[in-house]
Amino acid sequence: MKETQAPPDQARRWQRFSPAERIARSMLAIVTAVAVVWSIKTIDIIPEFLYDAPEQTADLFKRMWPFDWGFYPKAVHDALIETFHIATLGTMLAIVLALPLSFLAARNFTKSPVLNFLAQFIFVSSRSVNSLIWALLFVAIFGPGALSGVLSIAFRSIGFIGKLFGEALEEAQRGPIEALTAAGAPRSMILAKGYWPQVEPAFWSVALLRWDINIRESAVLGLVGAGGIGVALDSALNNLYWDQVGLILAVIFLVVIATEIVTSTIRKRII
Amino acid sequence: MSLAASRPRPPAFPVNWPARLAWIGLALYALYATSILNLTWARFVVGLDNGAKFLDRMFPPNMQADKLELIGSGMLESIQIAVLATFFGVLLSLPLGLMAARNLAPGWLSWSARGLIAVLRSFHPVIVSILFVKAVGFGALAGILALIVSSMGFVSKLFAEVVEEMNAKQVEAVRATGANFWNVLIFAVMPQVMARFVGLSVYQLDSNLRNSTMVGIVGGGGIGAPLFTAYQRFDYDVVLTILICIIALIMLAEVVSGRIRRIFQ
Amino acid sequence: MNSALLTIRNLRKEYRLGQPVLKDISLDIDAKGVTAIIGPSGTGKSTLIRCINRLVDPTSGEILFAGQDLAKLSGAPLRAARRRIGMVFQEYNLVERLSVIENVLSGRLGYVPAWRAFLRRFPQADIARAFDLIDAVGLNQDFATRRADALSGGQRQRVGIARAIMQDPALVLADEPTSSLDPKTSVEIMELLAELSDKRGVPIIVNIHNVGLAKRFAGRIIGMTGGEVVYDGPPDGLRDDHLKHIYGGEDFL
Repeated sequence: MKETQAPPDQARRWQRFSPAERIARSMLAIVTAVAVVWSIKTIDIIPEFLYDAPEQTADLFKRMWPFDWGFYPKAVHDALIETFHIATLGTMLAIVLALPLSFLAARNFTKSPVLNFLAQFIFVSSRSVNSLIWALLFVAIFGPGALSGVLSIAFRSIGFIGKLFGEALEEAQRGPIEALTAAGAPRSMILAKGYWPQVEPAFWSVALLRWDINIRESAVLGLVGAGGIGVALDSALNNLYWDQVGLILAVIFLVVIATEIVTSTIRKRII
Repeated sequence: MSLAASRPRPPAFPVNWPARLAWIGLALYALYATSILNLTWARFVVGLDNGAKFLDRMFPPNMQADKLELIGSGMLESIQIAVLATFFGVLLSLPLGLMAARNLAPGWLSWSARGLIAVLRSFHPVIVSILFVKAVGFGALAGILALIVSSMGFVSKLFAEVVEEMNAKQVEAVRATGANFWNVLIFAVMPQVMARFVGLSVYQLDSNLRNSTMVGIVGGGGIGAPLFTAYQRFDYDVVLTILICIIALIMLAEVVSGRIRRIFQ
Repeated sequence: MNSALLTIRNLRKEYRLGQPVLKDISLDIDAKGVTAIIGPSGTGKSTLIRCINRLVDPTSGEILFAGQDLAKLSGAPLRAARRRIGMVFQEYNLVERLSVIENVLSGRLGYVPAWRAFLRRFPQADIARAFDLIDAVGLNQDFATRRADALSGGQRQRVGIARAIMQDPALVLADEPTSSLDPKTSVEIMELLAELSDKRGVPIIVNIHNVGLAKRFAGRIIGMTGGEVVYDGPPDGLRDDHLKHIYGGEDFL
C-alpha cells in the first residue's frame, strides 16, 4: 500500500469559513457600517433637546405620579374591556380569513404557482401596513369606533398568521399524506386527517402569539379613533392630564403582563 | 366468536370534554363580543359604500414633484430611524440578553434583567414614542429612542432563550480545558448563538422599518408625519402614494432580510 | 385468456430523459400469495411498486387491474381504484398525533362520506372491524385509543398493516416494510404479512432487500437489476449465480 504524503510546502491552516462565506460576511459588516454612519451624519437631531432630556423625563414622571385612580371606573374600565374585545375578535376574524389562504399559499398543498403567489402577495401586503395605519384607513371608511378597530387588527394579522401557518403546512411530513393518498382518500379528508393533525400545534402557537401581540396593538388604535383605551389615552394626552396618562399606562402594562402569562401557560399545555 | 370480541371494548373516540367546552366557549364569546361592540351587518354595508367613495378619492395616486420630494425625505428618515434603532438596540441587547440567561448569570441578575425586558416589551412603540417626544422633543430622535426600547425588549428576550437552549456540553468541554470566562464565552457560547443572533437582528431591522413608518404619527419623525397630515387634510391621493412607497419598502426589506438570514444559517 | 389480478405491460419510467429507472417491465401477478421483489438500491424496485398505485406516474406502459389501465386514470376513478389497493410503508406513515384506531379507520377514507370521517361518526360495522384488525395484527385492545407516536416501530408497522387491510383490498403493496425494524421484529412483521395474505386471500407484493426474508416468506421471487427483471420464479430456484447477477459481485454472499 502506498503511503500518501501531503506536499511539505503546503501550510495547513484552519479557516472557519469558506471564501464565499467570508466575502458575504465582510460585505454585510461593511454595508452595516456604512448605513449606520450615513444615518448618523444625515439625520436631523437637535442637540439641545438631547441635553434637556433627563430634566424633561424627570418632570414627566413627576407629573404622572400619583396616578389619578379616580379616573379608572369612569373611563378606563369600559375602554379596557372594549380593547380586549377588539383584540380577540380581530384575531378570530383574521384566523377565519387567513386559514384558507394559507392552504392556497402552501406549495405542497396547492400546486398552482399563480395561486401560491396570489396568497403570498396578500399576506405580504397585509403585513406591510401597520395596524395603526390600517386604523386610519378604516376610520375614514367606517367611521370612528370598535368596528374600525376590529377590522384593523384583522387585516394586519392576516399576513402574520398566513405566513407562519403556511410555512407550518409546507413543513408537514409527506409520508402520512402519501399513505392517505394511496388509500384513495378524497382531498378534503387528506386535509383534515393528514395535514391538520400535523399542523395543529403550530396553529395554536401562532394564534396565541398573534393574540398576545394584538392586545398590545389594540391599546393604541384609539389614538386615531378606532376604539378601545387609546381613545381615553388620546384625550388625556391632549388635555395634558399626565396623572391620567400614568394610570392608563399602568393599566395597559398590567393587562399585557396578564395576557402574556395566560398565553405562555396555554402554550406550555398544548405544545 | 373469538375470545377478544367477547371483552367489552373501549369507546373508539372518547369525547375530549375540556376541548369541546373550550370550542363552545369561544363561539359564545364571539357572539357576545360582536353584539356588545355593536358590530352589525348594517353598519358594515354602509361602510362599504363609504369605502367605494374613499377608494375613488385615492386613485390615481398623487405624483406631483413637490409631494414626491416630501415623501422621499420622509421615507429616507424612516430608514435612518430604523437603521440606527436596530444598530444600537441590538448592541444593547447583547449584554442584556446574556444577563437574562439563567444558565449564565446568577439568579438575582437574570431575574432583574428579565423584569427589565418585560417592562420594555409591554409598551407599544407608539406609546413609548409619545413619552420620548415629551422628553426629547419632536423629531427623529424620539422615534429612534422609542424603537431602541422596543428592539431591546424583543431581541434580548429571544436572545436569552437562545442562550438558555444552548448545548451545555460544549461549554463544559471548553471549561474543562481551563479557559477563563471570556474564552468560554467566545469559543463555546458565541459560535452556537451567533447565527441565531444575526437572524434575530435582521428580523428586528425588518420590524423596525415597519414601526418607523408609524412613529411619525405621534411626532417621532419619518414618513408617519406627512402621512398623517395628508390624511387629516383628506388628501387621500397623497395617502395612497405614501402607502405604495411603504409597502414597496417593506416588501423589499423582507426579500433582502430573507436572503441575509439564509446566508447566515 | 389472462386471469391474472394485475398485469403490467412494457412499463417504463424515466425521471430524467435518457436515464430510465424502469426499462420495459412486463409482469403478471396472481390473485394470491406473497411475491417478493429483490434487488440492489436504486434499481427501481420502489419505483415499480409506486407506479402500480400511481404514487409515481409511469412514463409509458400499461398497468391493468380490475379491468382498467391504472396508468390512464385520474380523479375519482383513480381514487376508486386506489382504495382497492392497500399499501404498507417503510416509515409506517401513520398520522402520529391521531390515535391507533383512527389511523386504522383512515383506511376507510376512500369509502365513507367525508362528513362522517370528519365528525368521526364511522359506521359501527367499520369500528368493530377496526378493533378486530387491531387484534389480528397482534396488538392489545388497549392500544386502540393511544396516540400513534406512543408506539414502537414494530407496533406502528402493525397499525400500518391493519390500515391497509381495513381497505378490504384486492392487492397489498409493501414498500420495504421491514427496513426500519430490527431483525427479530422484521421476521414477526413478515410472518404477519404472510399469515394475513394466506388467511384472507389477499395477494401481497413486497419490496425487500433482505434476501433471506424474501426466500423464507415469498412464494415467488422477482429479481431486478438495472431497471430490468432478471429472475422470476420460486425461492428454491434462486441460486448463487442469480444473486451475483442481481447484486453484481460476491462480497455480500
